[in-house]
Amino acid sequence: MAHIDQSKIRNFCIVAHIDHGKSTLADRIIEKTGLLTSREMQAQVLDNMELERERGITIKAQTVRIVYQAQDGEEYIFNLIDTPGHVDFNYEVSRSLAACDGAILVVDAAQGIEAQTLANVYLALDHNLDVFPVINKIDLPSAEPQRVIDEIEDVIGIEAQDAPQISAKAGINIEQVLEQIVQKIPAPTGDPKAPLQALIFDSLYDAYKGVIVFCRIKEGTIKRGTMAHMMATKATAEVVEVGYFGAGQFIPCEELSAGMVGYFTASIKNVTDTRVGDTVTDKNYPCAQPLPGYKKVNPMVYCGLYPADGAKYPDLRDALEKLQLNDASLQFEAETSIALGFGFRCGFLGLLHLEIIQERLEREYNLDLVTTAPGVIYRVHKTNGEMIELTNPSNLPDPSEIEYMEEPFVTAEIMVTKDFIGQIMDLCQERRGIYLSMEYMEETRALIKYELPLNEIIYDFFDALKSRSKGYASFDYEMKGYVQSSLVKLDILINKEEVDALSFIVHESTAYERGRKMCEKLKEEIPRHLFEIPIQAAVGNKVIARETVKAMRKDVLAKCYGGDITRKKKLLEKQKEGKKRMRQVGNVEIPQQAFMSVLKLDDK
Amino acid sequence: MINKNAGLYLHIPFCMRKCSYCDFLSFPAGEDNREQYLKQLMKEIKERSLLLEDRCVDTVFLGGGTPSLFDGIQIGRLMETVTKYFKIEKHAEITMEMNPGTVDEGKLMAYKTSGINRISFGVQSMQEKELALLGRIHKVEEFRKNYQLARRLEFENINLDLMLALPNQTLQDVKYNLREAVALKPEHLSCYGLIIEEGTPFFQEYQQQELRRQAGEERVGDVLPGEELEREMYQWTCEFLHKEGYEQYEISNYSLKGYECRHNMKYWERGEYLGLGLGASSFLDNRRFSNVTDMKEYLSIDIGRMQEELVAEEEVIDRQAAMEEFMFLGLRKTAGISKKEFKDNFGAEYKQIYQSVHERMVHLGLLREEGDRICLTRQGIDVSNYVMSAFLL
Repeated sequence: MAHIDQSKIRNFCIVAHIDHGKSTLADRIIEKTGLLTSREMQAQVLDNMELERERGITIKAQTVRIVYQAQDGEEYIFNLIDTPGHVDFNYEVSRSLAACDGAILVVDAAQGIEAQTLANVYLALDHNLDVFPVINKIDLPSAEPQRVIDEIEDVIGIEAQDAPQISAKAGINIEQVLEQIVQKIPAPTGDPKAPLQALIFDSLYDAYKGVIVFCRIKEGTIKRGTMAHMMATKATAEVVEVGYFGAGQFIPCEELSAGMVGYFTASIKNVTDTRVGDTVTDKNYPCAQPLPGYKKVNPMVYCGLYPADGAKYPDLRDALEKLQLNDASLQFEAETSIALGFGFRCGFLGLLHLEIIQERLEREYNLDLVTTAPGVIYRVHKTNGEMIELTNPSNLPDPSEIEYMEEPFVTAEIMVTKDFIGQIMDLCQERRGIYLSMEYMEETRALIKYELPLNEIIYDFFDALKSRSKGYASFDYEMKGYVQSSLVKLDILINKEEVDALSFIVHESTAYERGRKMCEKLKEEIPRHLFEIPIQAAVGNKVIARETVKAMRKDVLAKCYGGDITRKKKLLEKQKEGKKRMRQVGNVEIPQQAFMSVLKLDDK
Repeated sequence: MINKNAGLYLHIPFCMRKCSYCDFLSFPAGEDNREQYLKQLMKEIKERSLLLEDRCVDTVFLGGGTPSLFDGIQIGRLMETVTKYFKIEKHAEITMEMNPGTVDEGKLMAYKTSGINRISFGVQSMQEKELALLGRIHKVEEFRKNYQLARRLEFENINLDLMLALPNQTLQDVKYNLREAVALKPEHLSCYGLIIEEGTPFFQEYQQQELRRQAGEERVGDVLPGEELEREMYQWTCEFLHKEGYEQYEISNYSLKGYECRHNMKYWERGEYLGLGLGASSFLDNRRFSNVTDMKEYLSIDIGRMQEELVAEEEVIDRQAAMEEFMFLGLRKTAGISKKEFKDNFGAEYKQIYQSVHERMVHLGLLREEGDRICLTRQGIDVSNYVMSAFLL
């Protein structure tokens, strides 16, 4: 492909609420453009991680370049950049959007606009993308395309009357979408002769080629031999290969010039050198300014990850290192717990990110993990003027050294049908929410805004929201900032000994309730010992809740009948096996699942 | 050349009616079936006696089920076959389990003639209400009568099986049962705590009760004694029987001096035994093996030709497994284990293998070291499973 006419390129993405059919539409577009035959199509080509396909969500941005023969007889190149769909990956979404010139908004013909629809469409508009809507799932019996079209016009304020009404699943009216991509999404601009300015929107580690950097060329040209310079991380490396994305494969080419989307490799060993959002330029012919919008994403949620079998510690470290090669936002550092031994304090973008990493460690690396309660980063302002960012509750300074503490708050938007407004407001109130506003989107649905402590939503807020609204509420949030708060450290004492791995930071007003539930839960989890075991929840020196595991007084096997020793031994072995999965804290053996049970203190 | 002794166990898997707590391999059957089984068992004795070719049988145990469902002639035929094919030691202990509701003078006399010299009566309780609750078929008076009969027929070694911790049972009930039992002056007493086994009518009943109790409901129906009460019952039993001259030689077994059950001691001391009949277990030449448990299958095996088809499970006991057994079986005896014996058997010091477990258990007050011997303490007996499982390597 010697020369590419910039006016025939379309760089776009698809935005949608989860489950509204984004990935399915992407599949259809790829299929219809003829790059792949129907037979080659695997369902959902873009989501190529096993886990992504299973959960039906997109975790990492995926990109594909396809060729479309339009009705005007011209051949167009489409670069479809599939964006992650979850709030945890908000920054990655925003960088993917910055790599596009337009976006397709997919809205479910039955469900209409949801919280994430709004969040994503506003994000796209913020990036000056031209957005055109597509009404999906028109083949559903409950589809109401006209109502949804009106809703889009009313709520978002974009033209929707000529929106293609499609079924991505059934392949209905996909051509209309393709034509509108040509007509409604602008061609890229930029001067191929200008100094190189390329936006990194993702990267991937390959064992042979090193880091594969996904980028959008805004200005200039990149080719083999270019001295690529990452302006924020200051890393420099000579480009070995450039190319574009086939479906699931990398296709090398001569060069990438302004307006194009593709990749380059430069024997870079570490993804942390190629941060998403950074600008790549030519060291020998640099651009004056980096592209706007780069920021280093920091983890929002922390927890301790420990191998269930202490001997697997090096394996866990290796696995985390490997995952980090592809995921610059995953952070970890070694820590030690008296109860759990050697492990890692890990930082994640959010709870979903945490769950995904945890699942990948267990599944792909065969590790059995013990996870401690996830927490957010608290800011502790000490009396000596020092401020520390607290990620592990055990490191909280003595109360006498603390001037005050702050915790992160988010602004949450919850979209809910009229009938459940009361329940949802109760829920937000219970979670220490601060009411901001409520507006009706249409007669039956409202958008409620709350400020909520991040701490209160990382555990089970989403589940609670779904169950209290019978699945009708949707939710999105963004970071607001830090707010001063009355926080205390809740310690759990088992048989009078503090168990560090069970401590957590909690708001003063909920400490008692949480402490009581923890004790109850632990009482169920801890087996009886030869002695009585008090379980206490304490704030400072004050015990606020207590339960007792009664002593085991009797455990005798009766008859050993007719000399059946084998059966007796099996019973003893079963008992012994149970013990192996225990953690010894002082004199008490605590089952590993007890450390995780604290994550599930659902109230309703 | 005969240089070793071994025990012989014969399993009789029949009973009049299944008791509510029983999970043993036993079931009611008609006379035809019983006769068919007896024939197959006698055939097995004949064909497998070779396994004890170079051993002398010094204990025989007819267990069940209810062996006394067989009449005098049947037991006579069985014992005749046993004596014909095995070398029975002159003073062998030959025990037969009997349900007090299934014997009479004629039967007892015939059993005696056939060589039975020790009776184990499944009495369980000395009170009608408790017997009814357990689903036992006999009455207290029936037992008393048959016990006296057995004495008159000069059975000089009698064991009584009693159960503790029955539903609704109080400490007074236990005291009554034991006093009544001891008044009869049996040579041996086995006192087992009732265990609610899965798959029994009791299990269903008490599991449901437990669920109701957890749901905060009022107690309904029969109530099992709590752990504390059960311990008290056990404690009282030990002390009372000790005062009455019965020595506790194993967790659940008591006897007058010299009347310990030699057959059962083989189990705890890792002596050899051959088990014949449905589901019976054996321990010979460091192998533990057991017979098929399906009656139809057992009866259909052509033992003459396909002897090996009888064996359903087999395990070779290696050195480590043998050490484990030595410990968890030996500790059931009140005398415990001997360190010297351990070393003689395994060529390693006891402490070399078990130092940390030993120290932990001693520290917890569950194990006691007295010269050469290691045994459970009073408290250790209460939680013997806990201690024994720790000795698994």
